[in-house]
Amino acid sequence: MRLTLEIWRQKNGSDPGRFVTYEVEANEHMSFLEMLDVLNQGLIAKGEEPVAFDNDCREGICGMCGFLIDGQAHGPNHPGTVCQLHMRFFHDGQKLRLEPWRAAAFPIVKDLVVNRSALDRIIAAGGYNSVRTGSAPEANAILINKNDSDQAMEAAACIGCGACVAACPNAAAALFTGAKITQLSLLPQGQPERYIRVINMAGQHESEGFGHCTSIGECQAVCPAGIKIEVIARMNKDFIRASLKRRETTPPATISKSGSPYA
Amino acid sequence: MTDLNSKIPAGPLEKKWDEHKAHLKLVNPANKRKHTVIVVGTGLAGASAAASLGEMGYKVLSFCFQDSPRRAHSIAAQGGINAAKNYQNDGDSVYRLFYDTIKGGDFRAREANVYRLAQVSVNIIDQCVAQGVPFGREYSGTLANRSFGGAQVSRTFYARGQTGQQLLLGAYQALMKQVSAGTVVHHSRREMLELVVVDGRARGIVTRNLVTGKIESHVADAVVLCTGGYGNTFYLSTNAKGCNASAIWRAHRKGAFFANPCYTQIHPTCIPKSGEYQSKLTLMSESLRNDGRVWVPKKKGDHRPPNEIPEDERDYYLERVYPSFGNLAPRDVSSRQAKYACDEGRGVGPGGLGVYLDFGDGIKRLGKKVIDERYGNLFEMYERITGDDPHVVPMRIYPAVHYTMGGLWVDYNLMSSIPGLFVGGEANFSDHGANRLGASALMQGLADGYFVLPFTVSDYLASGGYAKVDTNHAAVKDAEREVQGRLDKFLAINGKNSVDHFHRALGEIMWEDCGMARSKESLTRALEQIPKLQEQFWSDLRVTGAGADLNQELEKAGRVADFFELAQLLCYDALKREESCGGHFRVEHQTPDGEAKRNDAEFAYVAAWEWKGADETPELHKEPLVYENIQLATRSYK
Ligand SMILES: Cc1cc2nc3c(=O)[nH]c(=O)nc-3n(C[C@H](O)[C@H](O)[C@H](O)COP(=O)(O)OP(=O)(O)OC[C@H]3O[C@@H](n4cnc5c(N)ncnc54)[C@H](O)[C@@H]3O)c2cc1C
Ligand code: SF4
Ligand code: FES
Repeated sequence: MRLTLEIWRQKNGSDPGRFVTYEVEANEHMSFLEMLDVLNQGLIAKGEEPVAFDNDCREGICGMCGFLIDGQAHGPNHPGTVCQLHMRFFHDGQKLRLEPWRAAAFPIVKDLVVNRSALDRIIAAGGYNSVRTGSAPEANAILINKNDSDQAMEAAACIGCGACVAACPNAAAALFTGAKITQLSLLPQGQPERYIRVINMAGQHESEGFGHCTSIGECQAVCPAGIKIEVIARMNKDFIRASLKRRETTPPATISKSGSPYA
Repeated sequence: MTDLNSKIPAGPLEKKWDEHKAHLKLVNPANKRKHTVIVVGTGLAGASAAASLGEMGYKVLSFCFQDSPRRAHSIAAQGGINAAKNYQNDGDSVYRLFYDTIKGGDFRAREANVYRLAQVSVNIIDQCVAQGVPFGREYSGTLANRSFGGAQVSRTFYARGQTGQQLLLGAYQALMKQVSAGTVVHHSRREMLELVVVDGRARGIVTRNLVTGKIESHVADAVVLCTGGYGNTFYLSTNAKGCNASAIWRAHRKGAFFANPCYTQIHPTCIPKSGEYQSKLTLMSESLRNDGRVWVPKKKGDHRPPNEIPEDERDYYLERVYPSFGNLAPRDVSSRQAKYACDEGRGVGPGGLGVYLDFGDGIKRLGKKVIDERYGNLFEMYERITGDDPHVVPMRIYPAVHYTMGGLWVDYNLMSSIPGLFVGGEANFSDHGANRLGASALMQGLADGYFVLPFTVSDYLASGGYAKVDTNHAAVKDAEREVQGRLDKFLAINGKNSVDHFHRALGEIMWEDCGMARSKESLTRALEQIPKLQEQFWSDLRVTGAGADLNQELEKAGRVADFFELAQLLCYDALKREESCGGHFRVEHQTPDGEAKRNDAEFAYVAAWEWKGADETPELHKEPLVYENIQLATRSYK
């Protein structure tokens, strides 16, 4: 099959960027990224710079890949990452437009590559249970209801790809943040820090420049890990409770971006 | 000659680690802040080590080449992690896990290391559960287990088919907590391209900022490498695209011995290659063999669809050849049997390079719901890639390169032959001998990072004896110049072929001549061909773009240049090891029924290679493997 690709090319953060059109010959057994590999090999042969795109595992689990195909995060086959998308979903003669995640909190690094370190800082603000190495109690000492544990696992499946942000008209990272808060708040081990966690993570989310969730639901439609919008409701509930429980809250400690690798 | 002292403590096996730990030196709490430790890699081993060292109060600098520490390749591990908890009351114990691991490794690992691994395995589960890792559970609320290859007990803990992801996120979150506490300074999109050695000690690294192209140096009192395995030497493997050996290879060139490079693992259950453009191979977890049955048609060249082949015309060869382990025979053994079946012309699918993994009976016995609970996401992944539904049609699988048991040589403290250079996780050679059992790499990564390195690195730091170094030191400047020179060279060649072109060609040689079956002839051939290809690489490579930018071609060029050198050591080690053991199968050394034939009298040693220069033969140092507690036996799964 022959495809026409309009790809966003941007040399670096200060270049304004533009779409450039390419033609590529692919077959239906390839993955989408393998199709881009073929395009890139052709560009190298012509002495042009290949299109930069992030990827690593190519199995849908590391969360490194991701861009918009015709405006859809990770392309047309949901749920799934773009590395798990196969060419049998496309047909000969199709024209596709590829562009990077668009969000103020995800500055463009080059072509289809963006900087998602804001998500790391949201986790650093409180997405953990504090437990010193070697000080944990015997694992079976605390029993956990299987249903709670299964639900925690569902929320924990987030791969941190940022598609939810890219799909959201407000560019909120509420699905991502809510997923981690939900996972930890469903488990007994997550209770001691439950309310301080939600205050700090939500505060970091705000200071990174992500927008506010207005329950549109585009995020769950594109999430490759099947995270449900309920996690946002759970986060909001915990946030309200935490705000009422003033004695447990300290002012949110936000993490400065100067810790960023690109600073 | 450097002395190869494994520093295995004296005393009874069960007491070695506790006694040793009790005598390791400690750093005074007020002084910890004054010590800097570099940890390269944020997989299970690196993230857990950096988080623990940071929590202890050291200043830690951590590095990864991806855009976030959470993306290290450990994230992709599917099946599970072993621990000797004996929650199933099926007779498991620390000793049994130890014995299974030593036997699984075909008696080519150190007793003391493996015993320690089995001991701390139980602490790992406690640690992860406290972190909020949502392991699978029973309705009673207790933790669930599954079985994995090479064991007759059920000791594998799992989080659906995403165990590595959940364990890594636990370690990553612990790491990010320390980042926010200010004890760890993390650097994403930084690739280590050189090790800095001062007065014979590891004192720093040179990195390239992958976004700006800037060459940067970092100095410390100790350097810990947890940079993963070198399976991508073969181009096609189950490893992530970015997995590379550059960190350990650069360290090797600076004096760290490389141990047992020829011990590579080929995993029996991967999705077969579909075309020339194939960029990687996808693993289907070994846990599938709990309920899936492996078979090929009895007749050669039987092209009927699987569902039309009657039961009595199917050969469930693993069950036939290994009645007591059946479909759960270890990886090396299962892979070889798949190869034999295909070599006989009984393989299925395009090119006859595949065997069936069939869930028909499993679904009949347990129902679709139970099967989906256990393997749902793996079935989905398979269907997404191949377009076939494994509930209806058996999966088609074939072996692929998956894991490397070899790695930098380390002593019992996980310190390499360069003082101050520690190595953890898949990057070292320490615990799996000639073959790794399923669910034990995650165990080893976390054992090293949470429970071994924090103590042994502290002991090294407390022992002192090193001078202050800063980034203006001549050794640092030399290393920076070397790195810059190499990068400039890649950009200046201006040849005709891309990095991938050369990497793929290297992979083909490695798979054909140094893959599942190796011989003197094939290895000699590989050792002639690789240098020729390497020469072309250095004269005909084309790297587009510039150095002062995100340049993925330039990144790949450095990695592949190192794979070329490592590939030769790998083949050379394979040539010199005149026996078959675990994942290393020399066709000259096999029993009449095609099983690996070890030669304990001559080869019960660790082969630790010393780099002598680009055009020199490496020097072999032998560390004899001394078994005080167990009898070397022929490994049998029949
Ligand atoms: C598909 C798959 C499934 C698996 N399933 C299982 C399983 O079920 N159970 C099990 O026990 N094992 C499994 N394994 C094996 C196991 O996942 C790995 O052996 C283990 O996770 C390796 O961990 P690590 O910490 O040593 O390295 P990795 O997780 O590979 O991490 C390497 C780190 O080093 C960094 N790095 C590398 N080079 C450089 C450099 N030059 N500069 C800077 N940073 C660098 C990377 O960025 C990364 O952070 C599986 C492996 C694969 C491929
Ligand atoms: S919630 Fe879903 S879309 Fe958002 S980062 Fe996680 S996996 Fe990606
Ligand atoms: S490359 Fe890892 S999720 Fe796509």
